[in-house]
Amino acid sequence: MARNAEREFVLEIDDLKTYFDSEEGVLRAVDGVTFAVKRGRILAIVGESGCGKSVTAYSVLRLIQKPGRIAGGSIRLHPRQGPTIDITALDDKAEALYAVRGGLISMIFQEPMTALSPVHTVGNQICEAILLHQDVSEREAEEAAIAMLGKVGIPGPETRLNQYPFELSGGMRQRVVIAMALVCHPELLIADEPTTALDVTIQAQILGLIKDLQRDLGTSVLLITHDLGVVAQTAEDVAVMYLGRIVEQAAVRPLMKQPRHPYTRALLESLPSLSERHARLESIEGSVPALTAIPPGCPFHPRCRFAVAGRCDAGGPPALREVAPGRQVACVRAEELP
Amino acid sequence: MTQQPQPLLDVRGLSKFFPIYSKGFFQRAVGNVKAVDRVSLRLFPGETLALVGESGSGKTTAARTILRALEPTAGQVLFRANGHTVDLAALRERQLKPLRTRMQMIFQDPFSSLNPRMTVGDIVGEPLVIHGLARGSALRDRVADMLERVGLKAHHAMRYPHAFSGGQRQRVGVARALILRPSLVIADEAVSALDVSVQAQVINLLEDLQQEFHVAYLFVAHDLSVVKHIADRVAVMYAGRIVELADTDALFDDPLHPYTRALMSAVPYPDPDVKMRFQAPGEVADPAALPPGCSFHPRCSQCFDRCSQEPPELREHAPGRFVACHLQDGDGSP
Repeated sequence: MARNAEREFVLEIDDLKTYFDSEEGVLRAVDGVTFAVKRGRILAIVGESGCGKSVTAYSVLRLIQKPGRIAGGSIRLHPRQGPTIDITALDDKAEALYAVRGGLISMIFQEPMTALSPVHTVGNQICEAILLHQDVSEREAEEAAIAMLGKVGIPGPETRLNQYPFELSGGMRQRVVIAMALVCHPELLIADEPTTALDVTIQAQILGLIKDLQRDLGTSVLLITHDLGVVAQTAEDVAVMYLGRIVEQAAVRPLMKQPRHPYTRALLESLPSLSERHARLESIEGSVPALTAIPPGCPFHPRCRFAVAGRCDAGGPPALREVAPGRQVACVRAEELP
Repeated sequence: MTQQPQPLLDVRGLSKFFPIYSKGFFQRAVGNVKAVDRVSLRLFPGETLALVGESGSGKTTAARTILRALEPTAGQVLFRANGHTVDLAALRERQLKPLRTRMQMIFQDPFSSLNPRMTVGDIVGEPLVIHGLARGSALRDRVADMLERVGLKAHHAMRYPHAFSGGQRQRVGVARALILRPSLVIADEAVSALDVSVQAQVINLLEDLQQEFHVAYLFVAHDLSVVKHIADRVAVMYAGRIVELADTDALFDDPLHPYTRALMSAVPYPDPDVKMRFQAPGEVADPAALPPGCSFHPRCSQCFDRCSQEPPELREHAPGRFVACHLQDGDGSP
């Protein structure tokens, strides 16, 4: 059983809790998140600002800084070769953690300009990643960098190697960041809002590129986004987060065609593109509560049009449970809703 | 067809160039960034015209130049106020001030567009104070009334912006823009910074207020799905020029300009069964170094000889339907 899981999944996260200590108390940014990324597939975590999607991604790389801390749960990485690595158990300065970061798991950030060093050439930055994680000569590293720049669709990679990030456009910079992330053939690529800062035609190019490379290289991808359009066009599996918890999880088609959790439904209904012109948009009442004031019971109940007194507004948050094969929903009324 | 009403806003050949200076002591102007180049459009009372484009297309610069937040390089901005038509581009600052009560702006970022040291009541009431239209208890009453119309509470006037969420702050921005009952509001990416559930609330609010006050919106945006929802007509900009202008339904059903088609095909549609079929390689043209001929021709799959030689003019292809593309000229003209 355990061996099967290792073959099927590249990353397994179990009951992850990432908390931030603040003057107003403990902020539960991620509060009991469980999911797994299937090998060679794209899993999207989608949610609005403050839902904990980025904190989840940063937790996987152990990039949570004080006053934040991983308060519980486990994150296990199953590389194709070698034993399973329990990322949560690694020491802060362990060699194994450095091997994970940028080696086994790499990350693409939202803002390509801040993710790149302004004072180093593109070539330097890509070669640094190679030399850090692979036992190759500088010459070989440079060749690998040129090959990778070509793969991400940068014209004239030999000359680009000597350029600085400011000499490149936003789309080109994001291509460089992707090249840097994939040059060490990671087991898992985490893409945190990789196209949010880009124009729509450039976004389409970059999304296409990520999908092509994922298919060619067999990389598994954890995609963090707020954009349901990006999810529909890119992801294979989806987890929807709200206030630090996963509320619904399924393959992309059933999730978007027949959402079962009231929050997922409301999110999809509030999209202007899916409704009639000038018809009123179905908006969600109110706004996302602060992490200091998470409602009791189901955290979504004050905004939920299906909430019933006594069942939704008291006790602990509803557990994420399987309501149909391959579909998990955290709603006590999942089966009875129209 | 009903009789065409008089336009509220009639922009004719509006241009805004920013000079590029040479390095060195004399700082001679060596060229221009043609941020907005001969833009013409009309906006009718109570309607919503969307100005869409990618970054650097000049949509924000065009909007700001219309309001004279930027000085136009050329062109006319005919604005109808109190039964007269005036050219905003030609007026002196002093003559402009009374007209500013008729035109207002809503900004993109609800965090930086509200002064953190002013209470919400002061922010919303400031336009009335500046124009000397209300004071004392009348001012407080009008602010309280406006706050309630945008879905806030009257007692919120005492609070500071930091106490509000992004969506609530944007409501404050809307209240400030509409308290003078303007006939024209320029909404510059007014919902882009908001989460999708809150975005829907603000879009609904803007539509409700348009019904109530009969205000016309010039809605600057890059998100085509929002534009499709809210706009009556759409103008698509590329590299400082309008490349297509049409009724929203006509534009989305049958886009004529290759750039409009590329833009639409690039929108990730939130349905896994509708696949993106994107075709426009390369990047947005640099307005400081535009390609000759049609600015879009290096990215256009249907480009032919003439496209790289001669810039296409914006022509009326069908009633109310304008497009700037040699493919659509079709009358055999050279």
